[in-house]
Amino acid sequence: MARVVVDVMLKPEILDPQGQAVQRALPRLGFQGISDVRQGKRFELEVDGPVDDAALARIHEMAETFLANTVIEDFVVKVEAAEGSAGAQK
Amino acid sequence: MTARIGVVTFPGTLDDRDTQRAVRLAGAEAVPLWHRDKDLKQVDAVVLPGGFSYGDYLRAGAISRFSPVMESVIDQAKAGMPVLGICNGFQVLTETHLLPGAMLRNNHLHFICRDQKLRVETDKTAWTADYEPGQEISIPLKNIDGRYVADERTLDMLEAEGRVAFRYLDMNPNGSLRDIAGITNEAGNVVGLMPHPEHAVEPLIGTGRTDGLGFFTSILKKLVDAR
Repeated sequence: MARVVVDVMLKPEILDPQGQAVQRALPRLGFQGISDVRQGKRFELEVDGPVDDAALARIHEMAETFLANTVIEDFVVKVEAAEGSAGAQK
Repeated sequence: MTARIGVVTFPGTLDDRDTQRAVRLAGAEAVPLWHRDKDLKQVDAVVLPGGFSYGDYLRAGAISRFSPVMESVIDQAKAGMPVLGICNGFQVLTETHLLPGAMLRNNHLHFICRDQKLRVETDKTAWTADYEPGQEISIPLKNIDGRYVADERTLDMLEAEGRVAFRYLDMNPNGSLRDIAGITNEAGNVVGLMPHPEHAVEPLIGTGRTDGLGFFTSILKKLVDAR
């Protein structure tokens, strides 16, 4: 079994009030020097069978049609090797 | 024959009963439609009411967009059947891409509930024919994901084609770009808006006005004229 991670972020030009609220709270909590925060979503997919090109293509399609709304969001698909060792970027 | 207006219920829908009531008050027959059924029961038009369909998990309207009933609604809408999406229904319509743009969390992050003044910008849709362009109405608004966004090119296109159907007046309650409260598709049969006309159809409840009834009488007139 392998893990594929899909990171979804609002496009840079879209206002992210949730990220801003987090950023504004930071100095109050004593964390200085953070000028911007943007909040996204991370999906961890446990994949049965090999993560070959066909499987990745299906996951890409899944991210594009469902996990992300590409009108407002960008996404990145990454393969993570088993047991948390460094994986290949896709 | 009475016009048959379908009202879809998803898990998490809240306003289906109010919408059915508004349809009946306007003089049509309200036909309940269930999210798991593909069958639209020969309705003449469909309303997607407000609420939190499928809990709004993932994004508002994103999961309901793939429900069996929506497969039929999308096909029929593309064939010209009138569809009105109110609040969560509007979010579903943007997720289906029947309407352009997307809905996001309000810019102030709060749930908001108020009587909202709107300007009806066009009478050239299936759901606004009984209003005058420029007419000001007041109907309830209640949402947390009500911020309409689209890229500049899409916004310019909507303005140029007269497809901004409603605009917020006096205050912009959620940060929607260009004060947009509702839009229509190119053909004018699909309309989405955030505020709730179905909650302003009887003088005794809601705003105390019946400013929302025109949506449901508009569609009735359109369907009767089409026969």
